[in-house]
Amino acid sequence: MGIRVLSDKCVGCKVCVSACPFGAITVVERKAVIGDACTLCGSCVPSCKFQAIELTRSEKVNTDLASYQGVWVFAEQREGRLAEVVLELLGEGRKLADTLGQELVAVLLGHDVAGLAGELIAYGADRVFLAEHPDLRHFLEDSYTQVLTDLIREHKPNIVLIGATAAGRSLAPRVAARVRTGLTADCTGLAIDPATLNLQQTRPAFGGNLMATILCPNHRPQMATVRPKVFKALARDDARQGEVVRVDLAKAVFDLKARILEVIKLQEGPSVNLQEANIIVSGGRGLCDPKNFKLVEDLAAVLGGAVGASRAVVDAGWVSYPHQVGQTGKTVGPKVYFACGIHGAIQHLAGMQSSDIIIAINKNPEAPIFKVATFGLVGDALEILPALTEEFKKAIG
Amino acid sequence: MKIVVCVKQVPGTTEVKMNPETNTLIREGIPNVVNPFDLYAVEEALRLKERFGGTVTALCMGPPSAAEQLKEVISLGVDEAFLISNRAFAGADTLATAYTLSKAVEKVGDVDLVLCGKQAIDGDTAQVGPELAENLGWAHLTYVRKINDVTDGKLVAERMTDEGYERVELQLPALLTVVKEINEPRMPSLKGMMRAKKAEIPVWGPEDLGVEADRIGLNGSPTQVWKTFVPEHRVEGEIFTGEVSEQVKALVQRLIEKKIVSV
Repeated sequence: MGIRVLSDKCVGCKVCVSACPFGAITVVERKAVIGDACTLCGSCVPSCKFQAIELTRSEKVNTDLASYQGVWVFAEQREGRLAEVVLELLGEGRKLADTLGQELVAVLLGHDVAGLAGELIAYGADRVFLAEHPDLRHFLEDSYTQVLTDLIREHKPNIVLIGATAAGRSLAPRVAARVRTGLTADCTGLAIDPATLNLQQTRPAFGGNLMATILCPNHRPQMATVRPKVFKALARDDARQGEVVRVDLAKAVFDLKARILEVIKLQEGPSVNLQEANIIVSGGRGLCDPKNFKLVEDLAAVLGGAVGASRAVVDAGWVSYPHQVGQTGKTVGPKVYFACGIHGAIQHLAGMQSSDIIIAINKNPEAPIFKVATFGLVGDALEILPALTEEFKKAIG
Repeated sequence: MKIVVCVKQVPGTTEVKMNPETNTLIREGIPNVVNPFDLYAVEEALRLKERFGGTVTALCMGPPSAAEQLKEVISLGVDEAFLISNRAFAGADTLATAYTLSKAVEKVGDVDLVLCGKQAIDGDTAQVGPELAENLGWAHLTYVRKINDVTDGKLVAERMTDEGYERVELQLPALLTVVKEINEPRMPSLKGMMRAKKAEIPVWGPEDLGVEADRIGLNGSPTQVWKTFVPEHRVEGEIFTGEVSEQVKALVQRLIEKKIVSV
């Protein structure tokens, strides 16, 4: 194991120096030298045109890879309603399954949720594993990990996709660690490598400054969590045929180390559900005063959108943390994102730049938010917002 | 109560800039810091110690320079700190990191609670916490915003969900990952800074932890970075200027054209 430069092949061209995200490579006397900052990430290896960097790792394959077949989607449901990301995963999973010539399977855990199986088939699943048990009524790490892991061990899927929701980001690593396989977090791109048929999992790194494509070549299943609002669901087709397979849990006993005492939903309702919103109106420090934040809420109300905020105004206590968009808040990707009086720090951009249309409203025409904007309005958000709300009211009627 | 806090050394990303000519990250001169989310975990551990008594141990896996970050948490009041550092650990993905940390938690021994930040700001995976809990065979909760009580080997905490939050009772030992809403981290005390200055940070390697060689570092990591690239910047946007009423009308017109607003 380790990394080394083959000095007979290295010509000192320095391409690897800029390929290294950690600044670990220097060129000394026309030869690349890899320093202590190296994390063995391997970014430099494909960058070298002369195959002069060698990264050796144990290529021990832990299993018979070909025996793992099928693309699985974890069908997260809350109180008998599917999370929207599930439909998006089925849409993308369908493409992957067709490319591989394998089946697309939805895994549905819950209690009294059999009615959702048809919906999963209508959105693309060939097969639904239906696991019903009172201990699965509400998401709990212990019971969900046990059922999902048992199914993976028995049926050996090739790929397992899980939505990067609060529950999904807690469940997926637990399952991956139990079956001892790799897991890639928060993917925004998935593809099948035509040569190896491995899953190429692309995710943002360094606050979105860099994208990394991750492989899990020697372990199965290949597991990924996927951000909501990145992929498109297929159109619902109730004529689609599929099979529902009931998982026998009659004798199941769960070792539950956790017990839910109370479920509290935030009063704020749809305005705070940023990750499933089609339209988000966000406000920042350019609104000058907490009482002006109402202008943002008014526009969101007219458009039926959710309300977002920059870190600065959340830290200042104008709005609560669930509204915060950005690296330390939520990552969102709505159809339309309004950034009102938001300067556009890289940490904020990391949380919203995958939005389809970005509308920036800012006094300062040099503000970085305009660099990612589809449409920009240069002016005082305090004047523009009420005018915009009125104009939309008129347009919508 | 014996509490372990896991901390990570990360680059202070507020200063991350791109070199526009080479399209690479400029990392020179960027100081390393304690992952900001981990400071909330440290603070919560110290508050639990103040309420219920016990000790707080910090663990960090990283390069030798990460001893600085452990000294920083000692200055806040952490009792002892260990650095898990060796070339054999390099290249670890979340699975190998979680396994290695689990052996370190076992070495600390008789631990009741492990606290982690909700994620690290460089990798943003939020995977090591749950994977560490699984390796230990303990219960875990993520996105914890409040620890209500600890009694009789049980803990009650509030975790954030996509729709609100839940109050959950957990059997100890357990692992929690915490969000920034949980507390307001303290500043180091003068006494703490003096202690940190003198503190020796023991370093644990593979032999100290008794790890299996094929489960650590690059060889213990199922995931591999295949390539990295700079995301494409979107096409030039359309910027309106002039009178507010004209700008607003122009924008609404564009959104009608794009069928975002239906009339």
